[in-house]
Amino acid sequence: MRATLLICLKDLRARLRDRSALLIGIVVPLGLAFVFNAIFGGISGSSNAIHLGVVDADGGPAAKVFVTNVLGAVDRSGLISVRHERSEVVARRLTAAGTLDALIVIPAGFSQRVESNGPASMLVVGNVDAPISTQIARSIADGYAAELNRVRLSVATVVHAEGGPSRVPPARLRALADRAAATAAPVTVQDVSAASKELDQKSFFAAGMAVFFLFFTVQFGVTSLLEERVDGTLARLLAAPIHRASILGGKLLTSLLLGVISVAVLVVATTLLFGASWGNPLGVAVLVIAAVLAATAIMALIATFAKNAEQAGNWQSVVAVVLGLLGGTFFPVSQAPGVLSRLTFIAPQAWFLRGLGDLRGGSLSAVWVPALAMLGFAVLTGGIAMVRLRHVAEI
Amino acid sequence: MRATVPQTAGATATGDRTGTVRTLECRDLVRRFGDLLAVDRVGFHIDPGETYGLLGPNGAGKTTAISMIAGLLERDGGEVTVAGEPMDTRSVGTKRLIGYVPQDLAIYPDLSGRENLLFFARLYGMDTAGARRRAAEVLDLIGLADRGGDQTKTYSGGMKRRLNIGIGLLHRPKLLILDEPTVGVDPQSRNAILESVDGLAGEGMAVLYTTHYMEEAERLCDRVGIIDHGRLVAEGTRRELVSLLGEGDRIRLTATGDIAGAAASLRAQASVRQSNAIEGGIDLEVVDARDNLPGILQEAAAAGAVIRSVDVVEPDLEAVFLHLTGRALRD
Repeated sequence: MRATLLICLKDLRARLRDRSALLIGIVVPLGLAFVFNAIFGGISGSSNAIHLGVVDADGGPAAKVFVTNVLGAVDRSGLISVRHERSEVVARRLTAAGTLDALIVIPAGFSQRVESNGPASMLVVGNVDAPISTQIARSIADGYAAELNRVRLSVATVVHAEGGPSRVPPARLRALADRAAATAAPVTVQDVSAASKELDQKSFFAAGMAVFFLFFTVQFGVTSLLEERVDGTLARLLAAPIHRASILGGKLLTSLLLGVISVAVLVVATTLLFGASWGNPLGVAVLVIAAVLAATAIMALIATFAKNAEQAGNWQSVVAVVLGLLGGTFFPVSQAPGVLSRLTFIAPQAWFLRGLGDLRGGSLSAVWVPALAMLGFAVLTGGIAMVRLRHVAEI
Repeated sequence: MRATVPQTAGATATGDRTGTVRTLECRDLVRRFGDLLAVDRVGFHIDPGETYGLLGPNGAGKTTAISMIAGLLERDGGEVTVAGEPMDTRSVGTKRLIGYVPQDLAIYPDLSGRENLLFFARLYGMDTAGARRRAAEVLDLIGLADRGGDQTKTYSGGMKRRLNIGIGLLHRPKLLILDEPTVGVDPQSRNAILESVDGLAGEGMAVLYTTHYMEEAERLCDRVGIIDHGRLVAEGTRRELVSLLGEGDRIRLTATGDIAGAAASLRAQASVRQSNAIEGGIDLEVVDARDNLPGILQEAAAAGAVIRSVDVVEPDLEAVFLHLTGRALRD
């Protein structure tokens, strides 16, 4: 164990001194997480990214409820900024120019038609370059229309039961409408899988970059065994009064420590700098350790097929990139169609991200399945790697 | 062809007849790489304070042989003992007795010279304080005390070579194995390395020195084993090996006076095998020119020759190698 620690400390010192591990393990993933956040912040809505315009040409009660209550709440959420325009022409021009991403127009007579149970409609105008924002605006309008229709249906049912509109006084109609509006819908959908179990954008990119570059960071320890063989220092280690297992142990321990340190630093840095939310620290720790073990084992196995450190580095990089893409570290591929969505789970990165999502949506116990999946990768590939590494640790 | 000079009579597996335990004893070492027989039944011994040279061209099997001796490489056959202790790749305890200096510059470029020494000192079991003390001593010994804190990637080739050797000396081994330590070294550093090795043997350390430089083997080694195509074709002292050639040393005397008389007179000397008068001097083939030269000069002068200059040519290990293998050492 003493020799293992000595070799590990020596390797860590050398790696920190040449700064390559620092660059790959911390600086680059942190920088990329920042860049991706900046680039994709405009479409995923974690910042005040969608600019929605509204033109109330009606001014009636139904329109006011929509503008004040619905859009007011949306505006206050900070996700969407709402801009009130008097002129539909001006608003349309702003939308075409991209100043507004989408526009909702409430035409004159809207409220009157709603109250008289006639056909009423709102208009949604989208900017051609902001399809997602347009879709969101349409959803907001659809939601309000559905609510209005619910109230109208309730009132119409009562009116019909009491013999028709001519037999119900206007005051009674208004009271019925108010009561229907105040009554909660009997069936609602709470989207747990989409809302609670999905990482927000900042956390997703932070976690994605951390686990993507983890597969590069852990290479340093294992690949250095090949470097030492080429440089001649492996012969010196083999001549020293230590067991060969100590040499292998030192290299693997270096990989594990580099991996844990880099991800831990990224967790803290992205939390403090970007406001990323990783979840329960204990659950995150379990997932990080499992991911580091899986990454180290897979990269060690790849290294055993290489003749030298350069070849190993090339092969490991290819595997890391492919697994990273499959694992959804850049873009979520779990919702991709067909075989691609199933392939994602051959990548430990996918389990890591899924574990973090589950941790946010559920309790601490939610991390066990993803963690065990990653440990499965570690045991399988690590076992083969250990057998093959015995041959690497020869001159 | 094998022309091994017989070993000391009565020698045992691990000790000589005086009972002194030999520092290194290896017998019948065999190593194959696929179909290639890299080392074929090589055996020799080294006593304390002795420097043994393994001389052979590149690819002769020198590094493979010492890799088995140092416990780096599994062997397919044979035995190795170091100071009486059996040695193989798993002999952790016995490895403490050996200092190994590989042919490559086996040092870490991102660490300083001192950090390299401290790392290996700790690896050989020294405590922190002891390792620091010994590292400072070795830095002094190899002349790098003032550069000990610099990363070794800033060192010159000669400085790296010296550090490479220094690491092998750290733990005061009983047997120091040096694998071609002067390859690619400038003449000044080479001379310093050879002087250091000479000094170590003087302190009682046994040295196993592989080289393909005949001059180094002749200068440093008490005994030399000549290895070719994985086989030890001959071994012994330089004189014993040269005697395998069956020819004496050559002396050319440039002289005036009675050259013919002097040549005839010298033929009667016991150490002189041939003596021929030539224009401007005398050509001689003698036994052990270094010892017998004064007597020869005396006799020539007494016979009426006036000696102007002396040129001695001794058969060297290059000639021995050529004689034994049919090819030059550097082929």
